Formats: sequence, structure tokens, C-alpha cells
Amino acid sequence: MYKGFGSRLFDSINIAAMLLLVFVTFYPLYYIFVVSVSGGSAVMRGDVSFYPIDFNLNTYSLVFQDPSIWRAYLNTIVYTVVGTLINLFCTALCAYPLSKRDFYGRGFFTLMIVVTMFFSGGLIPSYLLVQKLGMMNTMWAIVIPGAISVWNMIVMRTFFQGIPNELYESAGMDGASELTSLIRITLPLSKPIMATMAMFYAVGHWNSFFSAMIYLNEKAKFPLQIILRNMVVMGEMSNQSQEISGAYAAVTATNIKYAVIIIAVLPILLVYPFIQKYFVKGVMVGSLKG
Amino acid sequence: MQVQDVPLNKSRRQGAARTAEMPWRRYAWGRIKKSKYYYAMFAIPFLYFVLFSYVPMSGILIAFKNYNVFDGIAGSPWVGLKHFRAFLSDPYFFTLIRNTMLIGLYQIVFAFPAPIILALLLNELRHTAFKRLVQTVSYLPHFLSTVVVCGIIVNFASYDGLINQFLGFLGLEPIHFLMLPEWFRTIYISSEIWQGIGWGSIIFLAALTGIDSQLYEAATIDGANRWRQMFHVTLPGIMPTIIIMLLFSIGAIMAVSFEKVLLLSNGSNFATSDIISTYVYRRGLVSSDFSYATAVGLFNSVIALVFLTIGNYLSRRASETSLW
Repeated sequence: MYKGFGSRLFDSINIAAMLLLVFVTFYPLYYIFVVSVSGGSAVMRGDVSFYPIDFNLNTYSLVFQDPSIWRAYLNTIVYTVVGTLINLFCTALCAYPLSKRDFYGRGFFTLMIVVTMFFSGGLIPSYLLVQKLGMMNTMWAIVIPGAISVWNMIVMRTFFQGIPNELYESAGMDGASELTSLIRITLPLSKPIMATMAMFYAVGHWNSFFSAMIYLNEKAKFPLQIILRNMVVMGEMSNQSQEISGAYAAVTATNIKYAVIIIAVLPILLVYPFIQKYFVKGVMVGSLKG
Repeated sequence: MQVQDVPLNKSRRQGAARTAEMPWRRYAWGRIKKSKYYYAMFAIPFLYFVLFSYVPMSGILIAFKNYNVFDGIAGSPWVGLKHFRAFLSDPYFFTLIRNTMLIGLYQIVFAFPAPIILALLLNELRHTAFKRLVQTVSYLPHFLSTVVVCGIIVNFASYDGLINQFLGFLGLEPIHFLMLPEWFRTIYISSEIWQGIGWGSIIFLAALTGIDSQLYEAATIDGANRWRQMFHVTLPGIMPTIIIMLLFSIGAIMAVSFEKVLLLSNGSNFATSDIISTYVYRRGLVSSDFSYATAVGLFNSVIALVFLTIGNYLSRRASETSLW
């Protein structure tokens, strides 16, 4: 169908543009990795660009000797797991009744929830509330205030509505209660949407830093993103790292920063190829039916 | 058997219809009783929304008070519109409004069309595996945290960073990007495009699949080359989606990514990087000026709501799609 010279020129330019996009997207991450395994003096001179120079893993062994990074990593994992479980539990409990036509007051409750998407108390009242509830400097300040994302809840509700009513009716005739129906019918049929939601929430927790920044003040509770911010964005080095870095003369501050970025991004890069299609599906469900 | 089952099923599904002789209160009570398990389940989400959405909304009252920790929200003295007057008469008010709106505006002008262009170009790729590769790579930055993206920006844009090394390679003078206010919006918008172009294209690609392939065949017969097909078939085909997304982003013009601005701003680029929400954060949580900051935040919410209403109104006029 498309055979002419113009068409082929069009294809070539298009492919070139796409290759440029792939390069621009991927190169920063690749460069950060290359710097993190290169020798400090080569990095200082600005020689490193496409491949490691003076390849070594000193930076990583240095970073892994810093206990604050390990602790932050562990904290992030705990906040992500606990937070995601709370998210899924609350979101499902909210979405299930709202997906039922015979839930009396459904319209009112839906409206009440949707309003919060467009109007909120804002930063200060929320902060004062968390303070008043005594959640300051605890994990609960991180995982509870965002327990239900309205958008995700609506996507889940839409999915639940697609489950044929006959299943519930026959379960009801067999004497199943609503809770049994939720556990035995809805949840097993909703594995795909649950997986998608779990990933949306988990990535959100893994990446979040602001609530930790305003609600946590004890270093031992900081998640990885806070350590990352202090080191990479603010350029602060923990004393520990500075001391050890004296022992490895070849490691510069830039090496350390880039290694920490790689450590923070690695879990996402590793699971990304497997979860990508779930995310795309989640966006589609939300955009087409929401 | 069947005679018994049918009404039972019907009431399970949508509740028995209220008949004329049945008083409203008894009807409602009957339906509430039937929904009791739903209420039991809904209790936790309901409490959550009341506590974490509606209680903070009532906390907005402190914008009209002189809040202090000892008297609490209820006990603090009323001051009416004092904080709003103070904010509106502050010369800094205009700087904040301008910074917030300009970033939002540039976002619409530059960052909004990028995913559309990408979707159009992806649509023209005929090599499926290559197309999938481009998509997979371009979605990736969406999953990086704001801290990581800002960390990359701060280090790449630093005086001896990658970008300045490249400028030096071209024989240009190095630039202190993050120290210069005139560079802030460029940095912000380009990083938004970098992070969002692939992810944003998903919705337009979905819209593209709905275009009838006969239209392309007809266009080819009429002698339209691919460039013209793109403009006269593909683009009109996704125009409804584009319009809706555009109006949504007009509604979100005030919702500038607060975290990114907070991480990228510093004393030297405040002239362009300080936006309303970072100002609220600084005045409220850093300086503990709770009432004033709440007033400023409320002002921001009200303007945002006005934009949302305008966007929604236009969306309903243009495409019969609206949020409410």
C-alpha cells in the first residue's frame, strides 16, 4: 500500500525520531549506572560518557557499608507492604458495596467520596489532624492518610460491576452472606484488578517522600526516598559515608550519589517489564469506563 | 418454588419498588435493613473519608481565625478575612500567582501536545516489535519517583554536570541552570515531558484503535499520502479524546506538581520557582504560620475549582463529556 519515496522517507524520519526518544529516555539512567561503576578521577575529569572507565564496585561496597541506607531500605519495604495491604483492604471494602445496586444510599455515598477528589482541606488542616491523632513520627502517618485513592476505588468499583449478578444470586440462594460473596466470588474473579491496584499503590508508596518528610523526624524511621533526597538533591553526605569515603580515595561524591540512585531505582527497573502491561490495562479501565 | 424465588431475586438486585400505599419511611427502613451487611463493610471506608477528608475540610475554618496550639481550632479567636486581605495586599501575591499560572500554562502549551505527537508517530510505526520497544522504554520514567527525577536533574544540570559537559563539548560556556530563575520553567517543563510523554500517550493510542480502517483505505484511493492521512484521518479521529484531555488539563492548571517544584527550587531561583503550594508549605509547616498558610491554600483551592468548573463546562459543551 505504502510504496512511494515519500512514504519511505516518512518511515525513516519517524524511526529516527523514535530512536532519539528511546535514547533520551534511557541514556540518563544508563549514564548514572556507568558513572556509579567508574573510577572517581575519570568521573571528575568528565571522561565517562558511554562505557565505564576504571571499572570497579568500590562505590557500591562503600554505600552498602552505610547502615542508614540499609535501614532506610528496610523502612521503605515495611511502609510499602503495610501500606499496600491497608490500601487494598480499604479500597475493596469501599468499592464492593458501591458496586451494588441494592446498596441503599449508594448515590449519596458516591457523591460524598467523589467530592473529595475536587476539594480537600489542604496541607495545613491535614497536618494538624495527623498531629492531633498522635500519629506524628509513626508509620501510621505514612500509610493511613492515603488509604483509599478515590480514582483507584472507582476503577475497582467499575470492575466489580462487570461481574455477572447471577453469580451473586445463586450464591445468595445457597445461603451465602454478603461477606462470603465478597470473599468467595468477587475477590477470586478480581485478581487482575487487584494485582493492578496493588502495583499502583506499591509504586506510590515506594516513591513517596513528602509525607515522610513532614511527619517523620527520627532518622531511624526515614524511608529511602528521604535519604535519597538528602544525599542526591540536597547534596548532604552522612558522616559515616564521608569517613569511609576517605578510605577509598577513588570514590567521589558523584559516584556515591549515582550509586544511591541506582539502588533506589533498581527494584522498579527489575519488576517493571513484568508489571508494565497491568499498568497499561489499569489506565485503560479507568479511562474508558471511569 | 419459582413463585417464591423471583421476588426474592428481584429485591436482592434493586430493592422492591416502592408502592403507593407503602409509607416512605417504612420503605426506606426496609431497604436499609436489607443493606445492613453493606453498611457493615462500608463503615471503615466511611470513617476514613469523614476523618481524613471531611475533618480537614472543616479545619479550613482556621483560615478565618488566629490559630494557636493552646486554644485549638475551636478556641482560637475569629479574625474574619484578615489573612486573605494580608495575602492579597502582599506584593509577593502577584509573583506567586504568576509563577503558578505560568508553569500551568506552559505545561498545557508544551507538555500537553507531546504525548499526542508521540501517539501519532507510534501509530505510523509498522514494525510491531520496535513499536513495543519504544512504548516500553517511554513508559519507564513514569515509574521513577520525583526524588529520583529531581536528583538526576540537579546532578545533570549542575555546573560540572552532564549537560554542561555537553555544552563544553560544543564549545559553549557552562550555565548554572538551577541558580538562574530564567531557566527554572524550562527545566521543569522538559522534565515533565521526559517523564510523562510515554505514559500520556497510552490514552491517545487507545483512542487510535477506534478509528475505522476503511477511512484510511478511502484516503489512499483519493491519493492522500501518509502525512495527509495523519492530519486528515488520524488526528480528527482522536480529536474528541484530545479535547476532553485538554479541558481536564485546563481544570488542573493550578495543580502544579508541588513535590517537584519543592525539590528543584532554591534560594537563587525563587523569583520563578516559588508557587502558591510551596509558599503554603513554607509559611505553614516551616514557619508554623498555620492560619495564614491555610488561607493561602484555600485561596488556591478556590481558584483551582473555578478553573475546573470552566474546563468541565467547556468539556460538556464541546463533547457532552463532563465530570458532573
